[in-house]
Amino acid sequence: MTEHVEDVGILASCAGEVLAPQDAMLALENLTTHYGPVQALNDVSLAVGKGEIVTLIGANGAGKTTLLMSICGDPRPTSGRVWFEGEEITGTPTARVMRGGLSVVPEGRRIFTGMTVEENLAMGGYYQTREENERSIEHVLDLFPRLRERFNQRGGTMSGGEQQMLAIGRALMSRPRLLLLDEPSLGLAPIVIGQIFDIVEQLREQGTTIFLVEQNAHRALSIADRGYVLEHGHVVLADSGKALLANDDVRRAYLGG
Amino acid sequence: MEEILYFLQQVINGLTIGSTYALIAIGYTMVYGIIGMINFAHGEIYMIGTYVTFIVISALGMLGIANPFFLMGAALLVAVLVSCAYGFAVERVAYRPVRGSKRLIALISAIGMSIFLQNYMRLAQGSRDMAISSLIPGGWEFGIESFAVNLSYMQVIIFGVTLGCMLLLSTFISRSRLGRACRACSQDAGMARLLGINTDMIISMTFVIGAALAAVAGLLLGMYYGVVNPYIGFLAGLKAFTAAVLGGIGSIPGAMLGGLLLGVAEALTGGYLSTEYKDVVAFGLLILILLFRPSGILGKPEVEKI
Ligand SMILES: Nc1ncnc2c1ncn2[C@@H]1O[C@H](COP(=O)(O)OP(=O)(O)O)[C@@H](O)[C@H]1O
Ligand SMILES: [Mg+2]
Repeated sequence: MTEHVEDVGILASCAGEVLAPQDAMLALENLTTHYGPVQALNDVSLAVGKGEIVTLIGANGAGKTTLLMSICGDPRPTSGRVWFEGEEITGTPTARVMRGGLSVVPEGRRIFTGMTVEENLAMGGYYQTREENERSIEHVLDLFPRLRERFNQRGGTMSGGEQQMLAIGRALMSRPRLLLLDEPSLGLAPIVIGQIFDIVEQLREQGTTIFLVEQNAHRALSIADRGYVLEHGHVVLADSGKALLANDDVRRAYLGG
Repeated sequence: MEEILYFLQQVINGLTIGSTYALIAIGYTMVYGIIGMINFAHGEIYMIGTYVTFIVISALGMLGIANPFFLMGAALLVAVLVSCAYGFAVERVAYRPVRGSKRLIALISAIGMSIFLQNYMRLAQGSRDMAISSLIPGGWEFGIESFAVNLSYMQVIIFGVTLGCMLLLSTFISRSRLGRACRACSQDAGMARLLGINTDMIISMTFVIGAALAAVAGLLLGMYYGVVNPYIGFLAGLKAFTAAVLGGIGSIPGAMLGGLLLGVAEALTGGYLSTEYKDVVAFGLLILILLFRPSGILGKPEVEKI
């Protein structure tokens, strides 16, 4: 039985305990975001607990990307609050937010195509010392052996899957405690999608908290502890991954029957 | 034989001027690469660099210092520092406050800055030409009896200093951490920000590097011609802008190539047609490129900037 979020309180987690924004890894409180006059997010509240994989699903244009990017302060939310590890980060400049322990793999990957794999990765750990940077690169290459083979190749010459690995690797360079992923499976072959989801689970086992935005709802909900459903910029459902997979409305709208 | 030597002379002269165009053009191209806008006050930075050079050389000359290399070194140092400060200020005052608004607004703001700097220099230094005598006269001559090719020491210095600057810049851009961030920002500044990079700092740095190179050009060309007035920035800026567009705006090697090509094209026109057509060539070229190949020689075909 799923409940509308309004009924359970904004920051309910599936286990039943209510997380105060200060206690969650990430919390959004009544977040609203506009693009000029167009409202893309409407009063969104949600929370991600430490060590969780939380998935956000929704149709094309529902506002998933906007939600994820609003956390990073780009675009800046019009109203509402964003909390990260108990501190309010609403209105903090993007670059400062991103230096504070969270990383994003944005929609469309946005790797630096003219730069080599090595240079792309190095950019992910820009403020590290040289030794730290080299250690992080080694760590990422262990995770994605494929990138080791492509180490001196330009990002733009690689396949979509390899580029996605690079985008994830780059995000991991700063050793984030929270990783935001925007449709990492988009446009990839099923085998590669499997690899990407395996990595996401592996990362969680290593202690990284994951907030995953997906249209590939089935896979994303299968690995998720909890999930949210976004429609027209508003959260309409919140429940455990398992419960959402079984939910009739969700099945009809997002799982193809 | 005479014909060939004459041609050679024009090419040498063209490469001399072209080197300085290239130095100035780099400032246009780097700023464009990162913020997608033309720095219309850039020619004025070059003009200021030339003034500072003249002032330092005259002042030290009055103190009785005569070693030309010491004078040049001192002038270079001061001119670069002062111009960097102006470059930094131009970005802060004319660009940063209007970043994110319509392009036309930034354009007007930059042109306003350019007019301000020009008139400020006119008030401070007067609008008449200021001159210094040649510090490093002489040169080599070679050729045949009826025609000798001149290669002045100053020309060699111009080539040498320009080459040095280019090598320094290329190494910086391709090897250093900041240079890498610079390239990342010019491809996707938003993404760089999402990686925690302080893109404002990178933008400032771009203006400062451009200003430093413009100051070097100001020093070199100032010492070559020996005169300066508050209006030289306009023409030099337009020429260098043409060079940047010719090479492909946004591309650093393009700016270097465009500068040299434009310099040679001008010199050949001056040498074979008439010096009065020199400037016409630059702007004719600009119009032709914009019409037929807006991306320039080394630019990427779709020059699309937000
Ligand atoms: N940069 C933008 N400017 C204006 N409108 C935008 C912009 N980005 C997204 N939108 C609009 O905001 C809404 C949500 O978009 P988005 O967050 O990209 O959705 P999703 O990621 O779920 O597909 C859409 O209606 C879209 O047209
Ligand atoms: Mg999206």
